[in-house]
Formats: sequence, C-alpha cells, structure tokens
Amino acid sequence: MIDKVSPSLEEAMSGISDGAVIMIGGFGPSGQPTTLIDALVAQGSKNLTVISNNAGNGEIGLAALLKMKRVRKIICSFPRQADSYVFDELYRKGQVELELVPQGNLAERIRAAGAGIGAFYSPTGYGSPLAEGVESREIDGKNYLLQYPIKADFALIRADCADRWGNLTYRKAARNFNPIMATAAATSIVQVREIVDLGKLDPESVVTLGIHIQRVYCVGGQ
Amino acid sequence: MQKLTRDEIAARVAADIPEGAYVNLGIGLPTLVANHLPDDREVILHSENGILGMGKAPPEDEIDGDLVNAGKQPVTLLSGGSYFHHADSFAMMRGGHLDVCVLGAFQVSENGDLANWHTGDANAIPAVGGAMDLALGAKKVYIMMELFTKSGDSKLVQNCSYPLTALNCVSRVYTDVATFDITPDGVIARDLIEGLTITDLMNLTHLVFINDTLIEG
Repeated sequence: MIDKVSPSLEEAMSGISDGAVIMIGGFGPSGQPTTLIDALVAQGSKNLTVISNNAGNGEIGLAALLKMKRVRKIICSFPRQADSYVFDELYRKGQVELELVPQGNLAERIRAAGAGIGAFYSPTGYGSPLAEGVESREIDGKNYLLQYPIKADFALIRADCADRWGNLTYRKAARNFNPIMATAAATSIVQVREIVDLGKLDPESVVTLGIHIQRVYCVGGQ
Repeated sequence: MQKLTRDEIAARVAADIPEGAYVNLGIGLPTLVANHLPDDREVILHSENGILGMGKAPPEDEIDGDLVNAGKQPVTLLSGGSYFHHADSFAMMRGGHLDVCVLGAFQVSENGDLANWHTGDANAIPAVGGAMDLALGAKKVYIMMELFTKSGDSKLVQNCSYPLTALNCVSRVYTDVATFDITPDGVIARDLIEGLTITDLMNLTHLVFINDTLIEG
C-alpha cells in the first residue's frame, strides 16, 4: 500500500544533507511551509542553496537559517522587504551569494525543470542589467534571453489537503510557487492542514498530482 | 498652477480603463487606481501571485493570510474570481493576455524605456520581483508618477540614467501636470493643467513634445 504520510516531522525531513539545493514555497507568508522551514532550521544542514521568492522576514524561518550562516546561496526575485535585515546585512558583508531572477523567469525556470525542458527564451529582463552575460536571441523581431531550468534536491511546500498518494489541493492565493516547486525537486515534502481518505479529493480539483510528492506531513490547524 | 493630487492622477488613469479590461495594478501609487474605477464598470484585476478577479481590502475581522495581493496586503476575491499558480500567472502576463498594466517609475525615456526597479545606488539591496515581467506583460503599459523629482528634475527623460527595467515598453505616462503618449513619431503631451503651456513643459523637461491640439487641428 502506498502511504506517503510521514508519521513524524524528523522522518519527513530526513536525508537533507550539507550542500543540498532546497526550494521553499510561498509568497511572503502566504503558502509558506513554516513548520517544515522551522524543522530545517532545527535540523542543522549547512552550505545550502535556497530557492525562494523572498529571503525571509524578521529572525524567524528562512531569516533564522540565514542568520545561522547555513545558506551559501539564495536564488530569489525579491529579497528586500521591510524587515529583511538579516539578509540585507549578510549580503552587504558578502556572506551570502544572491542570484536575482525576475519573478516570472524564476517561476518558468522552475516549471521548465519539472517539465524536462532543457532551456527556453524569455523576453523578461532584456535590456536590463540582469541581461549582462546572458545569451540573447532575436526571434520574429523580438529580443529574448536564454534561461536555464532550476531544479532542486528537495522542495518544501505547503498545501491545504492531501491523501496518502500525495494528491494535493490548495487554499486561495497560498498556491503561488508551491505546485511548480513540487514538480522540480527530487524529493518534494509537503505540509498540509488535513489528510483525507483516498477518493475524498475531487479528481477534477486536484492541483498537484501525487506523482510529484514523496512525503506528506500533517500539521493540522484551521 | 495647481498640480494634480495622487488621487486625481489615479482618477485619470481609471477613466481610461474600459469595461471588460483585464488589468494589473503595480505596487504603490498604481493601487490607488482601484478606488476610482466606477462600480458599474466591470474591470478584472490580476494579481501576480495568482489571482484574477481581485477585490478590495476586507474588513479587519475577515482578513485571511492566504489571500493577499502582490504587496502582501490582505485582499478579497470577487464572484467569478479564480486562483492559479505562479507559472500560469506570469505566462498570462508574458503571453500578452492582460490589457493594461499600471506601474510606478523612477524614470521613463521618450522612446518608452522604463526604469522602476533599482535606483543604481551601490549600497541598495537589489530586488526585482515582477517588475520586469509586468513592464512587457500587457498590451498597454501605463505609468503613473509625479513628473518632477523633489529637486525639480524631470522623470521623463531623453535617456534613462537609472538601471533599466525594460526597453521601449511604455505606452502612456500619467503625471501631476500632464499626460504623455509615447508614440513612434514622438511624445504627445496632452491634458496639461491650467496655467501650464506646452512651451513651459518643454523648457522644464528639456524635451520636445508634439502638441495634441496641433495634431487634431
């Protein structure tokens, strides 16, 4: 019997070693897998590469991981926030590497990795400083930049409901980066509010298919 | 000479958004446009984090952390609204499916180049978010800004000195003193505030404008 539900948080997070490449879902606090991020903070792996839209707030979650100097590199679109002082200070001191990627290119590069695409051309960023050193090409009179996929060893994501096969539904705008990250990692770990019996999720409403999910951890809650 | 307030600029932008339009309002000044869309006009707002049919801010007791806009502020969903993931959201933009995008700017050049993501300050933390996608992600890109900086420099310029967001992407610039259409033939200045002549405007900006009334005449 297939059962992807992890009985403990430790089991759900097992195998994340030094140097791992980790995607973290969410758009600010919306759809952020806070329990899994806290478990990563507690778990101790270092020299990590993190792919996330933002670089953490205050001193909790991703910001806590950064503060412990366990992140070597962050790939994100919008690190600067009102309370992103932990990242800001590390960046200014040169203690964390930043790969700044426009948000749509970030999303599509993650999607491309999950879809087996070798590379693609995007118009976004052409003519900007972010195009420096990037191969460009004119196609049908319009200029594009070559973009490579971004894949990961692990994806930490959040959904609303799961079944034991790992099929997922989401809630409102908490979907954001979570479904695409689920497809782009070797091991995708999801925290959900509720686990339901197989067959209870409407097949027409499943957003992430169980094939993309390796581990499910139920945090409960509202 | 009375300059337009931010709300008055927003009202001008709102007046040009037609029934049925799919619109993205950027973070900051452009969000004011939503307050000036008439209730009887159906305009569908897109939010980059995966919402079509975004509604106004909820009352405090209905705030839902899973339902926020691009600025991470709480919003609501209108009847008929929908949710989707980030790759779909940006495919919608990049694919040219949105009708109008309204953005703020540090500078716009007379050929429609946009600088709105970075001041170029070496000490600033770089952050781009959806700015570069939005700049070329709609059929029409409208900019909303005050025409002059605090020190009196025009933000509509011959060539942007700030780092660029995208090339040749701006259709129209709404400001506190006039509205400018960026066209292949040049910049058309129109809706000048009372007491301001096109000659004044050219002297203040060091640019050459085509006068709207001259074209129509």
